Amino acid sequence: MEKEVKRFPVSHVIGFLASLALTFIAAVIALKTSLSFKAIMWIIGSLAVIQAGLQLFMFMHMTEGEDGKTNIINIAYGVFVAVVVVVGSVWVLTSGHAAH
Amino acid sequence: MGNIKWDEFFITGDPLILGAQVSIALTMLGVLFGLTYLKKWKWIWREWITTVDHKRIGIMYIIAAILMFFRGGIDGLLMKAQTSRPEMGLLSSQHYNEIFTTHGVIMILFMAMPFLIGLMNVVIPLQIGARDVAFPQLNALSFWLFFSGAMLFNISFVIGGSPDAGWTSYFPLAGKEFSPSIANNYYAIALQIAGIGTLMTGINFIVTILKMRTKGMTLMRMPMFTWTALVTSGIIVAAFPIFTVALALMKFDRLFGTHFFTVSSGGSDMLWANLFWLWGHPEVYIVALPAFGIFSEVIATFSRKQLFGYKSMVYATVGIALLSMVVWVHHFYTMGSGPGVNSFFSLTTMLIAVPTGIKIFNWLFTMRKGRIKLSSAMLWALAFIPTFTIGGVTGVMLAMGAADFQYHNTLFLVAHFHYVLIPGVVFAVFAGLYYWWPKMFGHMLNERLGKWHFWLFNIGFNVTFMPMFFLGLNGAVRRSYTYSAESGFAPLFLLSAIGSVILAAGFAVFCYNIYWSIRYADRNISSDPWDARTLEWATASPVQHYNFAKLPEVKSFDAFWQMKKNNEGLTLKDSEIEEIHMPSNSGQPFMMCVIFGVVGFFLVFEWFIPAAIASVGIIVGLIYRSFDYNDGYHIPVEEISKTESTWRNEKGEVHKHVG
Repeated sequence: MEKEVKRFPVSHVIGFLASLALTFIAAVIALKTSLSFKAIMWIIGSLAVIQAGLQLFMFMHMTEGEDGKTNIINIAYGVFVAVVVVVGSVWVLTSGHAAH
Repeated sequence: MGNIKWDEFFITGDPLILGAQVSIALTMLGVLFGLTYLKKWKWIWREWITTVDHKRIGIMYIIAAILMFFRGGIDGLLMKAQTSRPEMGLLSSQHYNEIFTTHGVIMILFMAMPFLIGLMNVVIPLQIGARDVAFPQLNALSFWLFFSGAMLFNISFVIGGSPDAGWTSYFPLAGKEFSPSIANNYYAIALQIAGIGTLMTGINFIVTILKMRTKGMTLMRMPMFTWTALVTSGIIVAAFPIFTVALALMKFDRLFGTHFFTVSSGGSDMLWANLFWLWGHPEVYIVALPAFGIFSEVIATFSRKQLFGYKSMVYATVGIALLSMVVWVHHFYTMGSGPGVNSFFSLTTMLIAVPTGIKIFNWLFTMRKGRIKLSSAMLWALAFIPTFTIGGVTGVMLAMGAADFQYHNTLFLVAHFHYVLIPGVVFAVFAGLYYWWPKMFGHMLNERLGKWHFWLFNIGFNVTFMPMFFLGLNGAVRRSYTYSAESGFAPLFLLSAIGSVILAAGFAVFCYNIYWSIRYADRNISSDPWDARTLEWATASPVQHYNFAKLPEVKSFDAFWQMKKNNEGLTLKDSEIEEIHMPSNSGQPFMMCVIFGVVGFFLVFEWFIPAAIASVGIIVGLIYRSFDYNDGYHIPVEEISKTESTWRNEKGEVHKHVG
């Protein structure tokens, strides 16, 4: 335990800097570029997802401890279900006759 | 309070319903009188209503499920009687609509699910060597919320009117525009309340199985039933929230005039079908997977062999769980989402037959060269394989999007899902009940009556539903209350109706078997009457409330079998007994049942002010629970020692097999 406390928190620093960078990139793209609305939404949305993943691994100790594996399976399953429900519903309801 | 006319509050004018009202009133009076006369009020409150013991909760689930089986079965018989001849006048079209709706909802949500959850409750903690589930009081709350929802749904046919838009309750029919009466509110609200209970059960069992396994019980040593219960709980947690949201939106549409699913004002009626089946298809596997687990236990025990291909069985179960989330559109190909969508879902649907096929072969190979004992439980498992395969094969036929346009909405489909759900679930719960009955009550169900039950039920089932395949192929549509003589459907419909009577006779024998066995069955049986393989048989029958005096240590798969073979871990020395910490009983879950029932009832009738006042009770209950610091109690060593000596013989060993 003590060893871990004394060690320099490299991953935390990297995570912190990366989060800052991602936030600024998002802000710059949203406020200072003349890309189309759709493109901006896609880019900052993707950056947000990357940052959320970063937080989970770097700060929330998702992979650590005795439940590390369980946590990863949980989150992967949660993401799978959410994607199926949202993307699936949109796809089903906007294709074929439903699309007019 | 102007949404219902008072003269419509009680349903009147139909002799069938009048008869039901009278019999309900008489039954309730009988129960109240009986409890008072026998001075059992305190007993039922202390031992059952307030219990947090997983075995008792399981038994209550099973009793409720058998009652609901009876109710849903009567619905089925009425439908079969109505269609037994062309142009029958037994039921009006409206009454028929209500009956097929309640039949579907009750059989799936209030019979199949509680039956399986009941068996899971009784067996899972024992199989993993635990003393209770992870959250015992939450478990009681799960049961009481299920019960609240079930009772609310069941009063609909005498008070206010039954839902009549099918168990799928498709919009726009189920919306206010086409179903203005309050009847369909029952669907939205009763299922919502019961659904909360189911979701909590899912969470409870995930935590129980992941966290409370005894020493040495690794995941890959867990019995198959425990595995399927774990995976099922995972599907419950994924799928039930979808239904919860869909029902909430339905409620907003019906009660408050929103337009989520309406045709006008930007609503999408197809969204309901989509959300319903996003839950509804995983729901099929929620009831099928634990059933597969039961068959695995029964087949291994009565073939006296280790389950064949255990690992592939586990992977197949997980595979079915994942695939079950991506096949939902096959329930509404005809909605017209286009060839791309329909092809994708045809493929995933056919894919799901692969892991299911793996399971079928594993069961067959388990039996191969086994010493098969044809007990009642094993008969159900044996009959399951060919009948379920018929259901599976017709399922693959329906899976083809293009072909489905021909079968859709015909009795072919109805026959198909009865061939899946009756062998896949009902046979399983019967097998499980015959198998675990001695564990629950300390005596067996009569084997001779069990065989009558089996043969009548099985023959009746096939005679009822096999003709429906051919009726469907000939063009008979489902949910139609009558047909003309010229259609030529009459002979097969009559055959099907005769089958349903045989089916009902089988169920009657089952009920008689329970009665007979409670009164006359031999109580002097071994705690391991089947010479079984898993840990639930390592303790007394009926199981003492703390389950295990000393938690068993597991060294391999089929733990109890190995313990018996190596003769280790079976004895209990007095010095090994320690105090056991157990949770205290609580009346709060039952209170919540009553309050939820009252709130639900007011909401059904759209009496919002009384509903708001009553729902304060729910919040008070939540707050009360947050400050509830009862940590349970300890069972003293002397009491354990006394209890253990009643069932262990002098050397402290498990009784030998009786048969």
